[in-house]
Amino acid sequence: MLNPDLVGRTFPGATSTSVSQESISAFAAVIGESEISVATPTYAITITLDQSQKLLQESGLDWTRVVHGEQRFEIKRPIVAGDTLRCDSTIESARVMAGNEIVTVRGDLFNGTELVVSTWSTLVVRA
Amino acid sequence: MSRFILGQELPSHTFHINRALLVAYANASGDQNPIHQDEAFAKSVGLPDVIAHGMLTMALAGKYVADQAGGSSSVKEFSVRFTKPVVVPADTDVELIVSGKISEITEAGDAKIDITAVCADTKVLGMAKAIVANA
Repeated sequence: MLNPDLVGRTFPGATSTSVSQESISAFAAVIGESEISVATPTYAITITLDQSQKLLQESGLDWTRVVHGEQRFEIKRPIVAGDTLRCDSTIESARVMAGNEIVTVRGDLFNGTELVVSTWSTLVVRA
Repeated sequence: MSRFILGQELPSHTFHINRALLVAYANASGDQNPIHQDEAFAKSVGLPDVIAHGMLTMALAGKYVADQAGGSSSVKEFSVRFTKPVVVPADTDVELIVSGKISEITEAGDAKIDITAVCADTKVLGMAKAIVANA
């Protein structure tokens, strides 16, 4: 179980990710996107979900039983090569439904002080 | 000149998902969960077979939205629920059929697309929506 005291708390990212053109191009190639001057709409997940996983595992969540329930992106501007992105993670909610634990975590990606993309991942820990 | 009008039906597009694509997505995204690659492991945790990453299905739906809207730069919001898994048997191309309809022109003048994603006659995404620039 997630420690309920953590709901509402924001955990600033300790490290930043330098976005390379190779990384944007590799992600685009998988889905058949040839326009690679900007990242594709869901590229941010490659940074935010990893951060969320670390945070939630450290907070007591059993990641081996996690399935992805919902996902949302708010894109202020597309990610581009050269961005150096820090991910601040906020545990927005945690509840139990029919024995399943349901946790929503927001990831805010900042390039310096500029908010670039916010992601919301709702994860279900199967009972 | 606006690209979209309220109620407009967007043409569908069919994507093909196979095991090789799951490996490629795992490598590009960093999500190496074995339920997306290892049949024995997937079955050991109660799945019918290897399943696609939900985020791969969403990425393909995102590609559809970007194509309709004139590129990735036009996509402002995008959200889905993962309602059913996309099961990917070995040596098989699974078809993912994505379509859309303009359900709203927002006060800001953007277009809201309701997205439908179907695999083997089953909707695999629920409440799938995107807000895109309508230019």
